[in-house]
Amino acid sequence: MELSGSRILVECLKREGVRVLFGYPGGVNLPVFDALYDEKEIDVVLCRHEQGGIHMAEGYARATGQPGVALVTSGPGATNTVTGLTDAYMDSTPIVVITGQVPTHLLGNDAFQEADVVGITRPCTKYNVLVTKVGDLAQAVKEAFYIATSGRPGPVLIDLPKDVALAKTRFKYPEKVSLRSYAPALKGNKWQIKQAAEAILKARRPVIYAGGGVLASNAHTELCELAELTNIPLTLTVMGLGAFPGTHRLFLGMLGMHGTYCANMSIHHADLIIAIGARFDDRVTGRVADFSRAHIIHIDVDPTSIHKNIKADVPIVGDARLVLNDLIEILQAHGIEKMESHADWAAQIALWRAEHPLSYTQNDNEVIKPQYVIEKISEMAPKEAIITTDVGQHQMWAAQFYKFDCPRTFINSGGLGTMGYGLPAAIGAQKAYPNRRVICISGDGSIVMNIQEIATAVEQRLPVKVAIINNQYLGMVRQWQQLFYNKRYSSSYMGDAIDFVKLAEAFGAAGLRATKVVEVEPVLQKAMAIDGPVIIDFKVSPTENCYPMIPAGAAINEMVFADPETPASALAVENVDGVLTA
Amino acid sequence: MQHVISVLVENKSGVLSRVSGLFSGRGFNIDSLSVAPTLDPSASMMTIVTQGDDRIIEQITKQLNKLVDIIKVVDITENEYIEREMVLIKVSARQEERAEVFRIADIFRARILDSSSTSYTIEATGDAKKIGAIVDQLRPLGIKEFMRTGRIAIARKSESGEPAEKVKVPRPHRR
Ligand SMILES: Cc1ncc(C[n+]2csc(CCOP(=O)(O)OP(=O)(O)O)c2C)c(N)n1
Ligand SMILES: [Mg+2]
Repeated sequence: MELSGSRILVECLKREGVRVLFGYPGGVNLPVFDALYDEKEIDVVLCRHEQGGIHMAEGYARATGQPGVALVTSGPGATNTVTGLTDAYMDSTPIVVITGQVPTHLLGNDAFQEADVVGITRPCTKYNVLVTKVGDLAQAVKEAFYIATSGRPGPVLIDLPKDVALAKTRFKYPEKVSLRSYAPALKGNKWQIKQAAEAILKARRPVIYAGGGVLASNAHTELCELAELTNIPLTLTVMGLGAFPGTHRLFLGMLGMHGTYCANMSIHHADLIIAIGARFDDRVTGRVADFSRAHIIHIDVDPTSIHKNIKADVPIVGDARLVLNDLIEILQAHGIEKMESHADWAAQIALWRAEHPLSYTQNDNEVIKPQYVIEKISEMAPKEAIITTDVGQHQMWAAQFYKFDCPRTFINSGGLGTMGYGLPAAIGAQKAYPNRRVICISGDGSIVMNIQEIATAVEQRLPVKVAIINNQYLGMVRQWQQLFYNKRYSSSYMGDAIDFVKLAEAFGAAGLRATKVVEVEPVLQKAMAIDGPVIIDFKVSPTENCYPMIPAGAAINEMVFADPETPASALAVENVDGVLTA
Repeated sequence: MQHVISVLVENKSGVLSRVSGLFSGRGFNIDSLSVAPTLDPSASMMTIVTQGDDRIIEQITKQLNKLVDIIKVVDITENEYIEREMVLIKVSARQEERAEVFRIADIFRARILDSSSTSYTIEATGDAKKIGAIVDQLRPLGIKEFMRTGRIAIARKSESGEPAEKVKVPRPHRR
């Protein structure tokens, strides 16, 4: 039997296991929406802006490990996806985005709502393809899902012209893909893994530094096994949080620009760093020239991540889980009992831990501190609750003060730092897990960048809770201006012009507010008891800054712990990159 | 140091743009680039001449390998290789200089393809050094037009007698 391109697309999606699709219709993708109209197996979520739709697909993917799928129209619909695609590319999030395109005979004619989408998105997708023949469509979809989810995951875009969606052909589902030009190496080199094991057995000051790659390859169990087997302390990147229990005795906290003192000092003074599924990003390394002199084992599925910023001594290209399995096996076979004890090292780390723990002060009669709100959320939320954030101070406080104990419970925009990510990502995660608690920790600046999606949550009856850490500022920008721009607060003050409670109500959600410390817990309890989406406006201290901090251009061991007395001069760090960016 | 990188790619639209976009997006340099289909028309061979220290060249080859439509990447300069480039030169040649043009062409085994009352068009092939030399010789006569193909290169023999692996295990090196 012959099927139309749209029907073929829908059939392929079903066979890829797609149950939820985030979409927005328009002229050229109407054939596909029509095919979805009476489709029982695919639940279509109408986002209210295509950027929101992509972040929903990302949230869905990050929460489940399954690819998120979005469907948008040509031209403006497609260009609205660029931020989300770039975000997914940076954070290795597997999503498949289908954009409608003008009919093939109009391609290149500056037709209504035509954009060179494949051209525009080439640098921000792992792969993209314009399908010009209906006969190629099924294969293109199969390949898209394979490429998005294998190796280092990422976004794949399929551009589907309207006439291809309407044309008919015999449908045959391709059972497998073989691409001569794409074969990610998954199994690590045995010899190198042996080198790694030997280095571990000899090390006196070892640290494990793990990132999002551990979550992507579902290697959290193996990671924990390795740490416990070898008794090596462990730090996580912002993308890796949740890959190792936040309450574990070996956990040092997050590392990097707003990481803990003990994590950063451990990295700086280590004689062996075992990097797993992490990429030595500049927010982690600080000034590269003064980065740790440790011997470095670097395990990553993406060969380009290795030696890119920091040279590795033992490079291992492969999937984190497979490599860790091999590594653990070799360690067990090769006399783990002979391993050096790290008693001195552990004692040193305990000192660092005690010297500068994460801290803040909160008196009952003072204004609410943002960290207090996050600690309360962390205490009240169940272990398997999913937290999403936006970007700014609140994101870093969430990373510091929330105790993540389960994998895939922290979903945030790490690489691109996309304000507006949190709410739609929470909606995507809640759609995947309707029965889990999903909380978006947002900022008063970020939340309005995709606030329209609260309508999606209301319509879909998704009980996401949004905690706005309302400091009346683009707080992270204000912090940089205070520290590096002589307190000249150029365009970072927003005030409290927006009534978020009324805003929530206008969308049909519930709105709550806390202005006093004693209100924080009751308001959270009340929000959790409400059976639908809730926005909570936490009026917090406008001047609180996020510490500790490695100023841009400083080295990882040059942390600052509190507002300096003479700001600009005290933190006038020679900036090697010549840029200061929040 | 200059490197000549052979890149075997799928012969489909957009691939050249992926490759050039990678170079511009990551701040790598392209000195020259030549592309044509291979004996198997479904694939094309690109020869890219680029520069950089070891770290940059390693990134370039790995990033190229990572692109989905790229089948194989070989840094030809790692082993012995032969390279050639072709140039077409239109050189002005008035009566008294015509013999000189013939003499230079002869020395470099170049061919005269076309002539007019005021110019000759010369075809020359060779490596970068030879092309440089003939240009130096002809320049005093007055070069009116100059076209070059960009370099292509071929390995004398790959180490194992087999083509190099697509995914290279990165060499460990010290910081
Ligand atoms: C789309 C986008 N624009 C600009 C920025 C730069 N930026 C980083 S943090 C920040 C402030 C965010 O303010 P808010 O959401 O209120 O969070 P806060 O820092 O106050 O917690 C800005 C503007 C960004 N990350 N993303
Ligand atoms: Mg704010």
